[in-house]
Amino acid sequence: MAVSVKVMRRPEPERTSYLRAALSGMALTFRHMVNPHKVTQQYPEEQTQLSPRWRGTHRMEVHADGRPKCVACGLCPTVCPANCIRLVGGEDDQGNRYPIVYEIDEFRCVFCGMCQEVCPVEAIHVGRHFENAEYTRERFVYDLDRLMAQEHPTTLLWDPSDPLSE
Amino acid sequence: MDLQPISGVPALIAQSAKVVAVFSVVMLVVAYTTLAERRVSAFIQDRLGPNRVGPFGLLQPIADGIKNIFKEETFPATASRFFFALGPMLTIMPAVVTIAVIPFAAPLPTPWGVVDMIVADVPIGILYILALSSVGVYGVVLGGWASNNKYAFLGGLRASAQMVSYEVALGLSLIAVLMLGGNVTLTEIVRQQQAMGLWFALPLSLAFILFVIAAFAETNRLPFDMPEAESELITGYHTEYSAMKFSMFMIGEYAHMLTASALMATLFFGGWDLPGSWDDAFWYQGQLIRGFDAAGVPIAAAPAVWKTLLTLGAFAFKTGFFLLLYIWIRWTLPRFRYDQVMQLGWKVMLPTALAYIVVVAGTVLVLDLVGVPYGFAFGLVLTLVSALCTGAFLFALDRGRIITGAAAVGEQKLLAARRRGGLELAPGSAAGAEIASAAVVDAGD
Repeated sequence: MAVSVKVMRRPEPERTSYLRAALSGMALTFRHMVNPHKVTQQYPEEQTQLSPRWRGTHRMEVHADGRPKCVACGLCPTVCPANCIRLVGGEDDQGNRYPIVYEIDEFRCVFCGMCQEVCPVEAIHVGRHFENAEYTRERFVYDLDRLMAQEHPTTLLWDPSDPLSE
Repeated sequence: MDLQPISGVPALIAQSAKVVAVFSVVMLVVAYTTLAERRVSAFIQDRLGPNRVGPFGLLQPIADGIKNIFKEETFPATASRFFFALGPMLTIMPAVVTIAVIPFAAPLPTPWGVVDMIVADVPIGILYILALSSVGVYGVVLGGWASNNKYAFLGGLRASAQMVSYEVALGLSLIAVLMLGGNVTLTEIVRQQQAMGLWFALPLSLAFILFVIAAFAETNRLPFDMPEAESELITGYHTEYSAMKFSMFMIGEYAHMLTASALMATLFFGGWDLPGSWDDAFWYQGQLIRGFDAAGVPIAAAPAVWKTLLTLGAFAFKTGFFLLLYIWIRWTLPRFRYDQVMQLGWKVMLPTALAYIVVVAGTVLVLDLVGVPYGFAFGLVLTLVSALCTGAFLFALDRGRIITGAAAVGEQKLLAARRRGGLELAPGSAAGAEIASAAVVDAGD
């Protein structure tokens, strides 16, 4: 592959003029001054349009009766590359497994979305949401109740059979 | 109406009111010029600028002030404490007090007499401004030197060299104005522009251009901000300053800009004058008149409050335009190299200003000998002569020989050497450009 070289040709010294260049520059800045290209997004007022595949704050899906969908199979803490999920499973009288402790440290999380991919019952999800600032570090560890209380839309995972989402 | 000048106790009250009003307006304008600079620069660069504090960011200067007051004052361990503290004071003081001699509106009639709309109509007008604005550079030099910091030191040195170079051109460009005005007080210069019926920007166009360039250099604004030069000297002379001392340097810079803008408006754009003679008013043998009729009898002026307000608006508009020009140029032009600044100052501005003085003096002399009275025709002849001078000056500048990049200078010498060796360059031809670019490569080797 040939390397292309772009030659920037200086104008001949007899033809260079500081004055005309300065005036044309002034004209350019004046055009922008009276008619700026408004590209800035005024963030808190104007919300960002997040991609359907945006991976942000987690949420836990719940059954109609308010129980978490999680069956405490232990796949997500196993697959998690940042090791940010803490899961202690339990079993009720009917033999249904459920999480006793389910915590995600959003600070450690790298938002890879593998927990959502690996979940067999589609309980844990990453979501289209990013405004999770807090005043203390402890507040970034989301417990089960907090994960279930999240209401933002969940992320659409990438489908290998339809790589361009068409 | 009584057209006597105000006197006695009312005069004292009026004078105090003017001092307080002008000082607060200057401070307010300085504060909002900083905001305007940030907003306009943002628009030029397709950004929004500070728009969060208050509507359109209008409370931003207040927030800045509060922040600067509550920040920590630092003294560098090796700085000279006395001069370090003296620097910002010396910068802010002259910049604020020079505005006192600039008339800002037509005389205001009151029940106690007519009040001149100028804080101090001192008989030395322009000399006072030149003298005090030169004191301002001591603040910069002292601040830079006393910081005991190499960048601050270099900034201070550059400031002194630049001031010395451009003070000369500034003073010389004013000589032409003084020749037409016949007086150094600014009220008199405004009056002479009213009498001519032409603002001096037209009959003295070259002086105006030189004055604007020199004033930019005097106020250390881009493209002449050598003493600050963020990319080279951090922030130059005020590198070591923090909190309110830094703020004082900034206020000084913007107040200096305001004074320079007001001076440009007063000396070359008629000050508070508006076109037509309806608003003219000046003192002539204890009477307020607006001109003389054909027989030389004074015509009494009719000052009115609405005229004062309208002329105040005109003055504010003219000054505001030049402030905007300052900002506009700052965000357009890159900084000159140091040698270019010196070259422009000594090799271009100084000779041009000197030659222009001779031309103006000669024209005035010839017009006097021919017997053209001072007035509109007088101004038109001067306008024509000045237009020729300005055209020649701009043509010479436009040849690109005066300010060129270092590479272009080398290239020029190389081309000249090749020409002597028998090289033929057809201007604009492809072959010519090819050889020229080859010459650049050679120069690089």
